[in-house]
Amino acid sequence: MNTLKLLRSAPPTAKFGMILIAIYAVIAILTPWIAPHGQAEIVGLEFEPWGGEFILGTDNLGRDMLSRMFYGIRNSVSIALATTILSFALGTVLGLMAATLGGWIDQLMSRLVDVLMAIPAILFALLLLTITGTGIPQMIAIIAVIEATRVFRLTRATAMNVAVMDFVEAARLRGEGTFWVIRREILPNITSPLIAEFGLRFCFVFLAISALSFLGLGIQPPTADLGAMVRDNAALITFGELVPLLPAAAIALLTVAVNFVVDWMLHRASGLKS
Amino acid sequence: MSPIVRMIAGRLALGVLTLVLVSLVIFMAVELLPGDIAQEILGQSATPETVAAFRAELGLDQSPPIRYLNWLGGVLTGDLGNSLATGRDISSMIFDRFGRTLFLAGYAAAISVPLAVTLGILAALYRNSIFDRIVNVATLSSISFPEYFVAYILILFLSVKASIFPSIADFGRDPTFAEMLYRTFLPALTLVLVVTAHMMRMTRASIINLMAQPYIEMARLKGAGPMRVILRHALPNALAPIINVIALNMAYLITGVVIVEVVFVYPGLGQLMVDSVAKRDITVVQGCCLVFAGVYILLNLLADVLSIATNPQLLHRK
Repeated sequence: MNTLKLLRSAPPTAKFGMILIAIYAVIAILTPWIAPHGQAEIVGLEFEPWGGEFILGTDNLGRDMLSRMFYGIRNSVSIALATTILSFALGTVLGLMAATLGGWIDQLMSRLVDVLMAIPAILFALLLLTITGTGIPQMIAIIAVIEATRVFRLTRATAMNVAVMDFVEAARLRGEGTFWVIRREILPNITSPLIAEFGLRFCFVFLAISALSFLGLGIQPPTADLGAMVRDNAALITFGELVPLLPAAAIALLTVAVNFVVDWMLHRASGLKS
Repeated sequence: MSPIVRMIAGRLALGVLTLVLVSLVIFMAVELLPGDIAQEILGQSATPETVAAFRAELGLDQSPPIRYLNWLGGVLTGDLGNSLATGRDISSMIFDRFGRTLFLAGYAAAISVPLAVTLGILAALYRNSIFDRIVNVATLSSISFPEYFVAYILILFLSVKASIFPSIADFGRDPTFAEMLYRTFLPALTLVLVVTAHMMRMTRASIINLMAQPYIEMARLKGAGPMRVILRHALPNALAPIINVIALNMAYLITGVVIVEVVFVYPGLGQLMVDSVAKRDITVVQGCCLVFAGVYILLNLLADVLSIATNPQLLHRK
């Protein structure tokens, strides 16, 4: 009941964002059943026009564009989600450890993160991809580690603020262990900034992965991916066709949606505090 | 020594230290990750002797610290080694391309910085008006747009449909400055659209933050007009955060350039880096990465120094 009221009080931009996210989620989950063709299946001639048998036409190899879009959303979103979750698992655990244990562990990790963050993210990813070679597992690991440094920073900073509070001191004096203090005292107090950060990080990861795929260095064919689809069909732009813009628009729309929702959440969080 | 000189010297030392550590990370990345570069390049069918000979040629048979010092010594004297794929000297490959990348980034910065600050001030001035709302939604969206999306939309409308600007940013031989500006207009515009939003949002936010201060109210009460209050009273105090976000976005320009260069087939450093990643030409990628990271660190350093210079309070922070 409360959540329903909360959702109804959301501004139109946030509502729009939530509806879009829901649509993407449904597409991502139901793709194998709603897509008319397989993602690597060649079903017609190259670059067939819109309408008729193929609603969005076919791509540079004669694959159904609509099915590729569905699979592209499914693949890109799930890979981005997995990467974000991994980076959060890494970043929050290390950040909480740094904030509660302090001392040389904190110093070591913080300085290491400082140095890693001094290299622009996409360039660092390119460097590491040169060494590991392209592939989905490598890409997930590399981007997760890079994003984890950002998550670490935020987690450490917010957890530090909570760790000096009296109630944490009280819990320590009661003789609670570090793990208990983290889980029961600190974590509940930093969840809302972390959730907002999750949305933002997801956008960054999603954009980074599609950028790498666009450069031909991320998800490899024939697996459908939104970034790679833009690249594959880019030649059509010179004929004034909109087709290559569709996958790019699908990327943009989801990030806009997530940003709208995050913006509302941050606004609410800051409004409640003041 | 005046405190400002001491501060700048301190920051410079910190910047150099960061750069050395970053070079260490860039170098170490190759060491830490599994796989043997020589084996990878020669393929599985290479005999152990060829692999050993190739390793010796690359200097891979020496111990990592020695190789790092050799590499660093080379970097300091402007020698980045040779490309693994073509054997060409990397410094000469990078030099021209870096100039072109800086040209493109500088072009975009020259348009976007004044534009962003002006729009930000206007949005703060007409806060909560329709103008402010439109600007807010537009910036939130443009932050979310991938660079190539913006780039292809621009190509579609300004190059294909209207044929005003070329879609390929190729200079040809000995272009005039005006011609260079014309040919790189679309990539520069793409970058402008991508970075302006963020800078504008921060300008607006930092000015609005200041508008709640008592001294601003005082200025208003004594009868200063809204434009004067913002430009004379609020802006000087908002400079530090604005400079910071501008530097951050300039650093972003330097990296965002990678994708834009690929879309417009612009022969810059980003394009070279992407091609080298595909070829797994690690020495070239290391060189490009170091150059980019150097610029990034330098810009952040500059932002630090400038923002402290505009706000003397920051000098005496404990």
